[in-house]
Amino acid sequence: MQLQPEFESMSRPELQKLQFQRLQKLLENVYEKVPFYRQSFDKHGVKPSDLKSLQDLQKFPFTYKQDLRDNYPFNLALADKKDFVRIHASSGTTGKPTVMVYTQNDLQIWSDVMGRSLTGAGITSNDIVQVAFGYGLFTGGLGAHCGGERINAAVIPASGGNSKRQITLLKDLGVNAICCTPSYILSLLDTAKELNIDIHKDLKLRTGVFGAEPWGEEMRQKIEQGFNIKAIDIYGLSEIIGPGVACECREAQHGMHVNEDHFLIETINPETGEVLQPGEQGEIVFTTISKTGMPLIRYRTRDITRLITEPCACGRTFHRMQKVIGRSDDMLIIRGVNVFPTQIESVLMQNKEVAPHYMIFVSTDEHSGMDKLEVQIELNEEMFSDITKNLQHLESNYTKDIKDIIGISCKVRLVEKNSLQRFEGKAQRVIDTRKKK
Amino acid sequence: MNTNANANQMYIQQISIFLENRVGKLNQVTNLLAKFGIDIRTIALADTNDFGILRLIVNDTEKALSVLQENNFTAKLTNVVAVKVLDEPGGLATILGKIDEIGVSVEYMYAYTKPVNKEAVMIFRFADDESAIKSLQDKNVEFLHTLN
Repeated sequence: MQLQPEFESMSRPELQKLQFQRLQKLLENVYEKVPFYRQSFDKHGVKPSDLKSLQDLQKFPFTYKQDLRDNYPFNLALADKKDFVRIHASSGTTGKPTVMVYTQNDLQIWSDVMGRSLTGAGITSNDIVQVAFGYGLFTGGLGAHCGGERINAAVIPASGGNSKRQITLLKDLGVNAICCTPSYILSLLDTAKELNIDIHKDLKLRTGVFGAEPWGEEMRQKIEQGFNIKAIDIYGLSEIIGPGVACECREAQHGMHVNEDHFLIETINPETGEVLQPGEQGEIVFTTISKTGMPLIRYRTRDITRLITEPCACGRTFHRMQKVIGRSDDMLIIRGVNVFPTQIESVLMQNKEVAPHYMIFVSTDEHSGMDKLEVQIELNEEMFSDITKNLQHLESNYTKDIKDIIGISCKVRLVEKNSLQRFEGKAQRVIDTRKKK
Repeated sequence: MNTNANANQMYIQQISIFLENRVGKLNQVTNLLAKFGIDIRTIALADTNDFGILRLIVNDTEKALSVLQENNFTAKLTNVVAVKVLDEPGGLATILGKIDEIGVSVEYMYAYTKPVNKEAVMIFRFADDESAIKSLQDKNVEFLHTLN
């Protein structure tokens, strides 16, 4: 099912024509009205008129998260303050928060793309949708909320937390779909068990739309089996609009269709900035071609993934992006192979809701001069066995699974609880002591 | 006398502690237990290249466990059984012979350091405790309920 098939299933040439027109207008507007872009284009020696085709976008400079901070709060806005109708902000784990402004036009786009996402997930106007993303500065709650209303579903603004009440609502109101983070739905599964809820008899859930944090196929299976639902992956970031930038379709559940009529996507080599062929793995970069509040040109998401350009079973012509496999600023190159801490974390997460505390050590082997990778994992009571061979199996299974995922071998060492260094704020997972060559 | 009691009553609680192979680790445990007045009845260490598992039987299991966990040790309780062994040549061989006969594998075993009623005691951890206890009782192997 498609909410706006006239866009979602547009022929690629038609879509590219629309994208070009929107992009051209956008570049002219920001060059004229946003001093940051004028300076940045001038410095790069490009003018909006240099855009002769979509490919010419690569001539224009990138926009970084730091640029949002440097222009805090409103200096990157294209719209006049009187036209702002909503302001969201992302948490400032590493400095000032970043602020995003929305005009009436932007909220309409957001409702459309979220509405498309929910429709693609199989949700209709007959459904009751419980939004258990947090409502507030975070875009998850209100984004899903507006999308639900856009498709005339009945929306329950439950927000996050209070798990018992969430279960009561799901059960008593006969909720058909839920939107939240994948880890939260798993914790709700435990709550349901505690409350002796018979998932199959007592609940009418058939769809879940999950996002805002990394999750894998294993977690998807656990959610789908636990609740007997289809678990749909959604992608978004507040800088671009919030949730709904891209979303899986129920038919394929394979890659998230990017709403390309509003968001141009490029894949680049994070080190050189060079644009990659579709299908090659790299950092994804978005240009918001129809927003008017605070549009962004070539915004570096730092998310690493690849695009799928093959046609999809659902009929949408929008290209799909695979699940994000890591962040470019976390990427390690070990023995010539790109390795992301999140890949290692995904192994430690298997069958668990929370990964044990771990640390990745990269060093240079004294004898061979080769890169050496060691993963130290704090052993908690749940993992601990009094039998030596069980712990040795645990180590060798981790070693094997990590090698399967990242493609290079590593040493896994189990260590005592709280023996690894803790860092304030965002967890630092990598200690790289390699001698620079 | 073979009482054939419920298997649960046959267990002795052991504290198992995960230790990294580093100088001074063992002493940290023993010092901590000493500080809280806990008496170690018997102790055994299994070790690999990287880590060791310390197995302890103490006079106050609950207290020892909470003290260890509060001090960040990965520690937990394990059920083991204490088997009476004749303190004479062939005593242990007799018991192990019976264990072989019932076909249960021994995960680990170690000696209890004090004789009980002039007899020796061995601590066993079997792969399948319940069936091992039952089968061994049928072969007149004696288990100790407590080690006081």
